[in-house]
Amino acid sequence: MTETNSSNGVQPESFAWDAESEAAIGRVVAKYPPGKQASGVIPLLYIVQNQMGRQTGSAWIPRAAMDAVAHRLGMAPIRVYEVATFYLMFNTKPIGKWHLQVCTTTPCWLRGSDAVVEACKAATGIGAFGETSEDGLFTMTEVECLGACVNAPVLQVNDDFYEDLDADSTRQLLDALRRDAPPRPGSVTGRQTSAPAGGPTTLTTLQNLGPPPPDAVQPPRER
Amino acid sequence: MLADRDRIFTNLYGQHDPGLAGARARGDWDGTAAMLARGRDAIIEEIKQSGLRGRGGAGFPTGMKWSFMPKKSDGRPAYLVVNADESEPGTCKDRDIMRHDPHKLVEGCLLASFAMGAHACYIYIRGEFYNEAVALDRAIDEAYEAGLIGKDACGSGWAFDLYVHRGAGAYICGEETALLESLEGKKGMPRLKPPFPAAVGLYGCPTTVNNVESIAVTPTIMRRGAAWFSAIGRPKNTGTKLFCISGHVNKPCNVEEELGIPLRELIDTYCGGVRGGWDNLLAVIPGGSSVPLLPKSICDTVLMDFDSLRDVKSGLGTAAVIVMDKSTDIVKAIWRLAKFYKHESCGQCTPCREGTGWMMRVMGRMVQGRADVAEIDVLEQVTRQVEGHTICALGDAAAWPIQGLIRHFRPEMEARIAEYKQRVGVPVLPGSLPIAAE
Repeated sequence: MTETNSSNGVQPESFAWDAESEAAIGRVVAKYPPGKQASGVIPLLYIVQNQMGRQTGSAWIPRAAMDAVAHRLGMAPIRVYEVATFYLMFNTKPIGKWHLQVCTTTPCWLRGSDAVVEACKAATGIGAFGETSEDGLFTMTEVECLGACVNAPVLQVNDDFYEDLDADSTRQLLDALRRDAPPRPGSVTGRQTSAPAGGPTTLTTLQNLGPPPPDAVQPPRER
Repeated sequence: MLADRDRIFTNLYGQHDPGLAGARARGDWDGTAAMLARGRDAIIEEIKQSGLRGRGGAGFPTGMKWSFMPKKSDGRPAYLVVNADESEPGTCKDRDIMRHDPHKLVEGCLLASFAMGAHACYIYIRGEFYNEAVALDRAIDEAYEAGLIGKDACGSGWAFDLYVHRGAGAYICGEETALLESLEGKKGMPRLKPPFPAAVGLYGCPTTVNNVESIAVTPTIMRRGAAWFSAIGRPKNTGTKLFCISGHVNKPCNVEEELGIPLRELIDTYCGGVRGGWDNLLAVIPGGSSVPLLPKSICDTVLMDFDSLRDVKSGLGTAAVIVMDKSTDIVKAIWRLAKFYKHESCGQCTPCREGTGWMMRVMGRMVQGRADVAEIDVLEQVTRQVEGHTICALGDAAAWPIQGLIRHFRPEMEARIAEYKQRVGVPVLPGSLPIAAE
């Protein structure tokens, strides 16, 4: 992939789908009725972002890729630019390998999200939201409610939620990421998902609710 | 207290297999073909009789909503769209359904789609729920493979396709018409109504949008009967409900209980009580960030259902209970919600686009006390000018938390302003101030 100085110094001049992306596009387009392929714009932007992550280690969406999406779906490029910039999860500039998405909305704030933010800053050297660490490993973004409020505070790293954090556990998590050894997602205190700490107090009198869950074999990372 | 045998979501915490084998053990997909054989009118009637009200926030009767769909197609296909864009601060119940009990949702999608004459259904799930989308996709694949959905769903002769569509991080897409715009590949900007989605919805076709929980409870209602469901809870507020209790309780959790449970019982029974004891309670936001907060005096006795909470000028919303103890800076807590709505306003309507930013900035000064007492009334007036003057309810949602704060904590705001004056002096106020502090 060639780089150019024309734009902001990082925009590649071209973008080409790789085989993995092509296969994913085929599955996406089949979901929508004939003539309604514009519905595929969000899925295709995710496919771009993943391919960039695979190829460059930075999951973002260059302008040339937006044009490729527009071309593939028969849309005006501006319609794709609008979508790519409207939705927060699309990164329109390069980001770090680990995207630290810290929730600071009221339910997380009440449970100590300020300490999570400070721990992220201290461990990465990042000074403010939106910045990337000097080593390029981490980008920290302030996000709004992630929808895991009974396990607050919550930090989303790439696609995974880490829950029930405090300053110490956040530091440990970032250490593990630095070692390229992300721990299993979920509550860092070992809590049973959204049950109260110490274990469920309901659903305790029922029998035959099925086998235990298959031991979390990580699903294939197709988005 | 709701008995375990009356709980619908028996794998709420994911202790058991979320797959088809586990789902069948919990009673899902049992007799689905016979339920379909009763016909669409019978299904809608059963849901109407159950008294089920939408679980996404507005509380509109689900059976009635379904009955708005055209009985005969004019050639256009009909769609069910499931709103899984769970983003209301405090709310995390649909997440548990999708990752731990996804077959309840899949079976519900089939029943509801059949009842509305829809051969296709899209589940619009918020983008951040990547792992939940994977879990849902897995359940859908299993259902196709077992012939439960697909060309001949459950051997009924009804063709039914079900798809998962991920959003990408926009709260506004939880508004049903913004969701449809987003699903069509556009920015999530709400549409003017009418026409309502039942007439012109997805791709210009008749569409019903329902919350995940509303759809996921329907198979159990069909199996156990409307009489069973409507016997739980209170009149016009029937059935069980997933509550999410977050904030300053000893053990935050999700739990399924009956509608109308006293708030205090919910917190004391399931969450180990308020941190520091009930008397340490300051306020509760009882139904997700959009509803006005309640001071302790109301929390002492209020019941958790649509009508009881409306009577105290708040709302059940999504039943997301955000608890704040006396250590909370209540003005800052509401300012943070104002910041949320400012961030999430789509910018389409002027009162909301400008109003949310203005309210956030003034609230920012209220946090410091750097304001004049008269500005509390100005703030209240501005919330009234945003409320009801926008295409969608986000403007209302941004106004209500601030109205609740002023209604119940005005003395706290005034004291802060007085304290600032004493400590710093008379503040320089907007007009002479180029930009209010963020």
